[in-house]
Amino acid sequence: MNIVVCIKQVPDTTEVKLDPKTGTLIRDGVPSIINPDDKAGLEAALRLKDEQGAKVTVVSMGPPQADLALREAMAMGADEAILVTDRAFGGADTWATSTTLAAALNKLSYDLIITGRQAIDGDTAQVGPQIAEHLKLANISYAEEIKVDGDYITVKRQYEDRYDVIKAKLPILITALAELNQPRYMSPGGIFDAYREKQVIVWTLKDLEVDLNNIGLKGSPTKVKKSFTKGAKQAGKVYNVDPLESAEIIVNKMKEKFIL
Amino acid sequence: MSLSEYKGIFVFAEQRDRKVQKVALELIGKGKELAKELQTTVTAVLLGKDMLDEAKKLNYAGADKVIYVDDDALDLYMTEPYVHVLNAIVKDKKPEIVLFGASAIGRDLAPRVSARVHTGLTADCTSLAIAQDDDDSTKLNLMMTRPAFGGNIMATIACPNFRPQMATIRPGVMKEAPYSENNKVNIEEYKIEIPASCVNVQILETVKIIQEKMNVEDATVLVSGGRGMKGPENYAMLEELADLLGGTISASRAAVDAGWVAKDRQVGQTGKTVRPNLYIACGISGAIQHLAGMEESDLIIAINKDEYAPMFEVADVGIVGDVFKVVPALIEELKKAGRVAK
Repeated sequence: MNIVVCIKQVPDTTEVKLDPKTGTLIRDGVPSIINPDDKAGLEAALRLKDEQGAKVTVVSMGPPQADLALREAMAMGADEAILVTDRAFGGADTWATSTTLAAALNKLSYDLIITGRQAIDGDTAQVGPQIAEHLKLANISYAEEIKVDGDYITVKRQYEDRYDVIKAKLPILITALAELNQPRYMSPGGIFDAYREKQVIVWTLKDLEVDLNNIGLKGSPTKVKKSFTKGAKQAGKVYNVDPLESAEIIVNKMKEKFIL
Repeated sequence: MSLSEYKGIFVFAEQRDRKVQKVALELIGKGKELAKELQTTVTAVLLGKDMLDEAKKLNYAGADKVIYVDDDALDLYMTEPYVHVLNAIVKDKKPEIVLFGASAIGRDLAPRVSARVHTGLTADCTSLAIAQDDDDSTKLNLMMTRPAFGGNIMATIACPNFRPQMATIRPGVMKEAPYSENNKVNIEEYKIEIPASCVNVQILETVKIIQEKMNVEDATVLVSGGRGMKGPENYAMLEELADLLGGTISASRAAVDAGWVAKDRQVGQTGKTVRPNLYIACGISGAIQHLAGMEESDLIIAINKDEYAPMFEVADVGIVGDVFKVVPALIEELKKAGRVAK
């Protein structure tokens, strides 16, 4: 079985702090990580490899430093890593990103493609289903359990108020939730191999069959008009008084606001 | 493609168990505001099985028109049959705007439809507006504003050169229009064949997660607990407080990840967006991801022993104190004021 996992290198947004004076982001020193949903997807692929044997290929589209995320994936156990990188791919929205990634995936053989549900920096959840669309593959999103049996996959698909157990034939694209599993750590031998023995394969524009009108900033139907930090809400009053007085203050405020 | 051929606002009316979901009514509400500016109409698109009667609700909620497609393959949500039908309707009717709820269904369906139609899609929008195009003053674009970067940055996005302009909208953010059964019922039963090849997955079972509690998005009062609650047993007092105020409980991600509270209670960037009349944050430090999901609440009361907790920066009333003393005192005070649990 050939499994391809798409991963994205993202800033660890849980480490991002706001400057309380200016309201802007403090990005300095924020570490880059493999996006959590993607890492769960990778772990799911590695478990399938452990259980029934598979070749696991990781693919990432991003700047050259995404090499680091791919090496981490190999140190966890991925067999092969491909970095899709070119200035021409930059500034892409989800439509152009998925078009580019689909062109890369077209060069690979796959029975199963796993992407994370969404990246923590963009939170769109669009690239996975859009890759499937470009590849004319079925997709199942929001997977919290995956089982593969021969040519078939069974997925526990999460919704807000329920889950569906869905069966489908391979090949298919699955988007993984971080809840899927607890990803393993890199192994010492894996780290050695990933940094000393193995190479990250780099694909640039010339390696892919894509129309220049469909990639990068130019090929993106959506355009960012402006971005801004949310204006901080005016802070209210903070009291440091005993519990009884605190309770009275709260009740009075509720009365003032007609909640009581 | 001549962009001016595209007219009207379409809203995807999500259904589960053959019931129209609240987010559909919210989208109609917002759609009507936009339609007024664009001098056009709002059409709700409903896909399902035996829902002709239910479809009227969309007119009652303010949709000028309803397009209803009835098919066995549309009863339970499956990606491909839904994409197939919506793609056909979009190509046939050429709306200028299509809105979806940013739900577990909408966030699967909309990306595939936008990719098939070849147009832009903006995810998880929290506000929508109309603005004149930079280059062509006769053209009006939808300005879609969304949080990114864990809610730290807001971005306003347009799709100037493709139609329809598509967006998914966070549930709970837009206001419904007034509901009236006097509204004219105007339903088009749309016929389309769904080839057997579209049904490329098989749903073996559907398991509903029983909700004994009120939805957090529907509650007007939320009593929310975080890491500072220390364990699941301490949520009983939050339940009691919520009962006295006619609300329900919610939680921060820390409490959900710790397994103290069910996932459907989670408020924040990766959970639900809420804007109740009253939000009481108990032992929640206030990570930005959490604030992004609740800062639009009308009245925010924070109780935390750490006076530097970021939650105090958005709270209208902040209490620096021990949540295990303040909450029982508050419960007593409310009982004294004559409140009884519902």
